[in-house]
Amino acid sequence: MVKRSLQLCFILMKTSNCEVVNILYAFELQNYIRKGYSMKKKWLLFSAIFTIATVLAGCENPLMVLDPKGPQAKTLSDTIIMSIIVMCGVLLVVYVLYTYMLVKYRASRMGEDYEPPHVHGSTKLEIIWTAIPIIIVAVLSVITVQSLSKVESKPAGYEDQEPLVIYAASSNWKWHFSYPEQGVETVNYVNMPIDRPVEFRLYSYGPITSFWIPQLAGQKYAMSAHVTKINMSADVPGSYMGRNSNFNGQGYAQMEFEAQAMTPADFDEWVNDVKTTAPKLTDADYDKLLETDFVGRKSYSSTHLEFNPPPEGRHHGVPNKGTPNTEEDADKTAPSSEHHTHPNETE
Amino acid sequence: MESHEQQFLILNEPMILAAMISIVVGGLSLVIGVTYFKKWGYLWREWITTVDHKKIGVMYILVALVMLFRGGVDALLMRGQTAMPENGLLDAQHYNEIFTTHGVIMILFMAMPFIIGLMNVVTPLQIGARDVAFPRLNSVSFWLFAVGAGLFNISFIIGGSPDAGWSAYFPLASLEFSPTVGNNYYAISLQIAGLGTLATGINFLVTILKMRAPGMTLMKMPMFTWSILITNVIIVFAFPVLTVALALMTMDRQFGTKFFTMQDGGMDMLWANLFWVWGHPEVYIVILPAFGIYSEIISTFARKNLFGYKSMVVSMVAISLLSFLVWAHHFYTMGQGVMVNSFFSITTMLIAVPTGVKIFNWLLTLHKGKITFTTPMLYSLAFIPIFTIGGVTGVMLAMASADYQYHNTMFLVAHFHYVLIPGTVFAVIAGFHFWFPKVFGFRLNEKLGKLAFWFITISFNVAFFPLFILGLNGMTRRMYTYSESTGYGPLNMLSFLGAVGLGIGFIILVYNLYWSIRYSPRDETGDPWDARSLEWATHGPVPFYNFARIPKINELDAFWYAKRNNKSLYDDRPIEKIHMPNNSGMPFLMSGAFFGAGFCLVFSWWIPTIIFTILIFVFMALRSFEKDHGYYVSVEEIERIERELGGEK
Repeated sequence: MVKRSLQLCFILMKTSNCEVVNILYAFELQNYIRKGYSMKKKWLLFSAIFTIATVLAGCENPLMVLDPKGPQAKTLSDTIIMSIIVMCGVLLVVYVLYTYMLVKYRASRMGEDYEPPHVHGSTKLEIIWTAIPIIIVAVLSVITVQSLSKVESKPAGYEDQEPLVIYAASSNWKWHFSYPEQGVETVNYVNMPIDRPVEFRLYSYGPITSFWIPQLAGQKYAMSAHVTKINMSADVPGSYMGRNSNFNGQGYAQMEFEAQAMTPADFDEWVNDVKTTAPKLTDADYDKLLETDFVGRKSYSSTHLEFNPPPEGRHHGVPNKGTPNTEEDADKTAPSSEHHTHPNETE
Repeated sequence: MESHEQQFLILNEPMILAAMISIVVGGLSLVIGVTYFKKWGYLWREWITTVDHKKIGVMYILVALVMLFRGGVDALLMRGQTAMPENGLLDAQHYNEIFTTHGVIMILFMAMPFIIGLMNVVTPLQIGARDVAFPRLNSVSFWLFAVGAGLFNISFIIGGSPDAGWSAYFPLASLEFSPTVGNNYYAISLQIAGLGTLATGINFLVTILKMRAPGMTLMKMPMFTWSILITNVIIVFAFPVLTVALALMTMDRQFGTKFFTMQDGGMDMLWANLFWVWGHPEVYIVILPAFGIYSEIISTFARKNLFGYKSMVVSMVAISLLSFLVWAHHFYTMGQGVMVNSFFSITTMLIAVPTGVKIFNWLLTLHKGKITFTTPMLYSLAFIPIFTIGGVTGVMLAMASADYQYHNTMFLVAHFHYVLIPGTVFAVIAGFHFWFPKVFGFRLNEKLGKLAFWFITISFNVAFFPLFILGLNGMTRRMYTYSESTGYGPLNMLSFLGAVGLGIGFIILVYNLYWSIRYSPRDETGDPWDARSLEWATHGPVPFYNFARIPKINELDAFWYAKRNNKSLYDDRPIEKIHMPNNSGMPFLMSGAFFGAGFCLVFSWWIPTIIFTILIFVFMALRSFEKDHGYYVSVEEIERIERELGGEK
């Protein structure tokens, strides 16, 4: 048994392809099922599962969340790995105690006339296993608060740089990206320069969506009446998967976009390219675009921010104009920032 | 408001059509069968009008098992659809409806009624009572729940199921984005079932506080009763929030109000907050009784009293308080900022402390025990290691920063299944096996029971562990399909195989029920497990009056020590006549009116809705003028029944 597990671990370390590991693992598992189960084997199985989980993190094809390409995602990945290690420690304690009890005190080993004693409890033990978890929770709380404030502010190392602001708005099953600084707009893809902080300002034309580029930063909701923000920056040029992770109806599964991080020179070239070749985005075009359920990639040499402003500043609390079926309502509503306050407002 | 186009009967989906035909055929054959065997009178007298807590409990569990099957088929379809990249088993709309109904049914129409069913059967017996405090209200509770479940389930053939997720977030669930009647069904069926649950909460709170056998102080109550007491406190505090939220939802969708809409000052986030202010305590409503069940079973089969009784109670009280302070951890990503998220992170992680205390107490209960591996014990023992995985991943999710990466992913899905299945589902199955002989007078077959156990436990891990990895690899939940390039295929296939294994396990479990009804040897003792608490002191099956004489209690596990020391719990008092409540058909009929009103309200048919609503009030008025003081069972009658059951207890 032990030999088999060792073999398995060995293969795990040698292999370069995560899928192979999984298939092997499935195979191994079926073997167990066929052979029937005993408690001991189950323990080995559990430890095998955890070895796999840990090893997977170090695969050549690592899991997306644990393969960060920017400081924010790195902070989160570190936090996650640290918490997995602490939690494995907790599991180990429970599993060792559990195995000990099950092996030692099974009726078949205790003899016919063995009568278990009446044990009331033990104040000492109970204090110990209350205090230690409290300490663990306290440590984790500190880490949580630290990492939270880290990812909620400008990426470390870029504090003095002016961030590139990109508005990301979701409508039905697509994403609109507007660059106020550059005066360009895209649909379903976003380009950004590396080594510069980027501030995404999120809102939605309709149901709540969640903007997520796992390798660059954690996700945040985009909602209809106010703007939320994500800070991130990319260290390495590359194409990263981005998607809406919050269910918003029929086309949800397809609601992906490509986030491409490029060198500042490449970025400037791309902006120039769009400015010279792409069409201007007009109010009418934009309304039509909003009504379409799915579109491919699009580029425009102007943004919708002027004629269809995001719900921030004096438009805060006002649902976006152009939301399907609500154009008249939006027109009637006078922009007033005082009346609409949100409990979840940042700041 | 009613202008949206929709089909009344869903006829264009082959799968739904097949389901519809099978329901009609099944229903007809049931009606014909009952008529042929002339069982209508029996059904009406013994079940439909019953106010007996044991029979009501059995009906709850029966419905829960049917719903387990329905929700399980949903699950298999979902896993089947996602087993392969770009699979065409279901389309997006169908998939969206199925994950929505899977969630609602498993939580509200499977886990809840199963728990409430066990609570009904066991609690009055454990405290030495003859019934609950308000037997007829109990019947109302059951029928309201049954009507709610029925209303929710017909949605998929009449009008279309809800498709905005079990949490029904606004604005997605608003009339604007979900124009079909699906979410009307959601709001109204949950509302009706929720009223029943709220009544249950009050009923059991009073029962436990006022009807315990003489001498049973609070700190001498069995742990299961303690867990039920705390659960019902949570129900009484949490369910009104759901009632209000659902009422606002109905107003928004059917009367044009703007509580959660995007326009005119409505606030979509308000729904999320209200939903989870109820939704998180709801999780503890289904998990605390599970803790109670495990406590009973572990101490019974370790042949030892529960370790740290006091700290068990204190930790449950702590969990119940904390459960109301953590709701925002369901939406850390809503942009609340560092302060708010930190607060909710810490309160959430704190729940791990009392839960950990309980885990260690169970482990120490095993210490120096004499462990026998019966089927209920196997489930209880499997619970500890698997639930601990669910617990530690819960702590990981509680860390708000890291949650930005777990939120809405398969990691989250894996986590809550790792909590709810070994927590609640294993517990109700364990309780089902454990208390089955008490209600029916024979045990379920152990061999088949253990076979089902191994299937369920192993398949569960195969089905859900891969989801942790998928989540960390960026796979979000509720996606009906994904492309092959994502590389999610193999692990999803593995998970599907696990789901099939789980299905097989549950089929074995049901087969065991059939087998045992036919062949299992009958138990004569009323105490087949040599157990500890009061419910085992009376006959099995339990006579309708529960105890011929009410036992007197002077310590925890009094029945156990009475057995050990050959003492009597009754001080040789003579049998006296027993006061019992009368059956009533009113709860059933009134719930029928609720069904009519609910169904018509779903489709905005105002006149019939009003008529049915008036009918509900008529039934209430009739009840308030009714004089029903119950009846007495004579001493001779009791003695006769006791003799038939094999001697006085």
